[in-house]
Amino acid sequence: MPPGITLAADAPQLSSANTGFMLICSALVMIMTPGLAFFYGGMVRVKSTLNMLMMSFISLGIVTILWVLYGFSLAFGESNGFIGWSKDYFGLSGIGLVQLWPGYSIPIYVFAVFQLMFAVITPALISGALADRVKFTAWALFTALWVTVVYFPVAHWVWASDGWLFKKGVIDFAGGTAVHINAGAAALGVILVIGKRVGFKKDPMRPHSLPLVMLGAGLLWFGWFGFNAGSWLGNDDGVGAVMFVNTQVATAAAMLAWLLYEKLRHGSFTTLGAASGAVAGLVAITPSGGCVSPLGAIAIGVIAGVLCAMAINLKYRFGFDDSLDVVGVHMVGGITGSLLVGLFATGGVQSTAKGLFYGGGLDQLGKQALGVGAVLGYSLVVSAVLALALDKTIGMRVPEDDEVSGIDQVEHAETAYDFSGAGGGTAPRRTVAVPGEMAANKKVDA
Amino acid sequence: MKLITAVVKPHRLDEIKQALQAFGVHGLTVTEASGYGRQRGHTEVYRGAEYTVDLVPKIRIEVLVEDGDAEELIEVVVKAAHTGKIGDGKVWSVPVETAVRVRTGERGPDAL
Repeated sequence: MPPGITLAADAPQLSSANTGFMLICSALVMIMTPGLAFFYGGMVRVKSTLNMLMMSFISLGIVTILWVLYGFSLAFGESNGFIGWSKDYFGLSGIGLVQLWPGYSIPIYVFAVFQLMFAVITPALISGALADRVKFTAWALFTALWVTVVYFPVAHWVWASDGWLFKKGVIDFAGGTAVHINAGAAALGVILVIGKRVGFKKDPMRPHSLPLVMLGAGLLWFGWFGFNAGSWLGNDDGVGAVMFVNTQVATAAAMLAWLLYEKLRHGSFTTLGAASGAVAGLVAITPSGGCVSPLGAIAIGVIAGVLCAMAINLKYRFGFDDSLDVVGVHMVGGITGSLLVGLFATGGVQSTAKGLFYGGGLDQLGKQALGVGAVLGYSLVVSAVLALALDKTIGMRVPEDDEVSGIDQVEHAETAYDFSGAGGGTAPRRTVAVPGEMAANKKVDA
Repeated sequence: MKLITAVVKPHRLDEIKQALQAFGVHGLTVTEASGYGRQRGHTEVYRGAEYTVDLVPKIRIEVLVEDGDAEELIEVVVKAAHTGKIGDGKVWSVPVETAVRVRTGERGPDAL
């Protein structure tokens, strides 16, 4: 089932320009996942840095394989409106090398890898809410189950031309609903089940490396151009270019808005605020950037920057430990961007739908609210049920002792940094074993 | 003999060193230190969550002097360390029973 966007070309012909452009965009989206890993990794304490990196990174392994096996088929196979399936897409084995969908100028394969990168980053986004405390096996299993029962169907609803939300006229250009609200709501569902970190609201949980956070935010921003500008699947008519401009503009505006809010509210322009504001802007422009003007994008960025900066305090007010503000940034940012389509859509870019400010009435706003509500509700409930099932069977959390002493050592047998001395550097060292001896001498550093 | 100890802001080190040299002090010891006084450190804000960092970086300067120079030297250090802002630090002196120059075995004021 082709994605629900229509391009100008009537007779599909493979465009080498668009194909090349889309392969580059796919690679750009791929870098977002390691970028996210650093964005999150810098925000946790030293003792759980590696676990945070790994929770994102593992998605590249798990989701890639599932996507090839059956994910692409569930998301973009023949449809009944709620879920797809095409046996040719199983294992991506029945697709011709240069096979095109009617009306599209890029091979299905290219579309499949582009969409794969979206599927990879979405569960990785959730992990930020679960910092420091989740068993790695439980997380890996959750990722596999979650993409299967939540992400693949939701991507189908929103993007496949027969998906029920797409047919209702919901606009989600590059994934505000399917990616960000979806991940944010899932994060909320899971943390309501698994609970808070030990010491939440009592112990200081300062980010251990803001330079890493900035590096991650920078990589996200860079990769996001592929995410957004690539979502038109080509650039024959300039829509991709408008999206590129809007992405940059909204992100800049959101960063400035967050910083200004912070300066007025807390007294300083912080590094973490700049990184967070940029991500909030990227999230908000994702669903809306294809249908607004650059001025509209500035407005969306400013609104999202301020709203997300305000939203991150909700966790303290309501007492849920959304560790790295996945709900506050991705869910709230996604909702903001999705709903603002209903106000700022100009009708002149990706879609002919017009928002309230451009003479379109409240019609589109209603459609957007339907999309937001459906994905938010479904993801929240199903994710909570999944987490509950895993918690009752294999257990979702590491023991309290291990959480306090640091999840990196327990789950990965590694630590992120060697502060020689602080980590027990004076302990007697055994001599380095040659590989042959390793098997016979398995008790390493007992 | 007296041991003058000053725990002061790190960026005043150069000023203090110059002042001590001008006064005629031959040697001093500098250590990195951290601590707080009445103002109790500072506050850092991460996404609106405030953390109090109560141990702030300081340097600790130690100088051995003869009894007669102690008061004047304290004044010199205080003047050089002074910025007028909170957290400028403290200077104090304590009596020293003996001092030995390790290389020669000289004792007392000769060892300074």
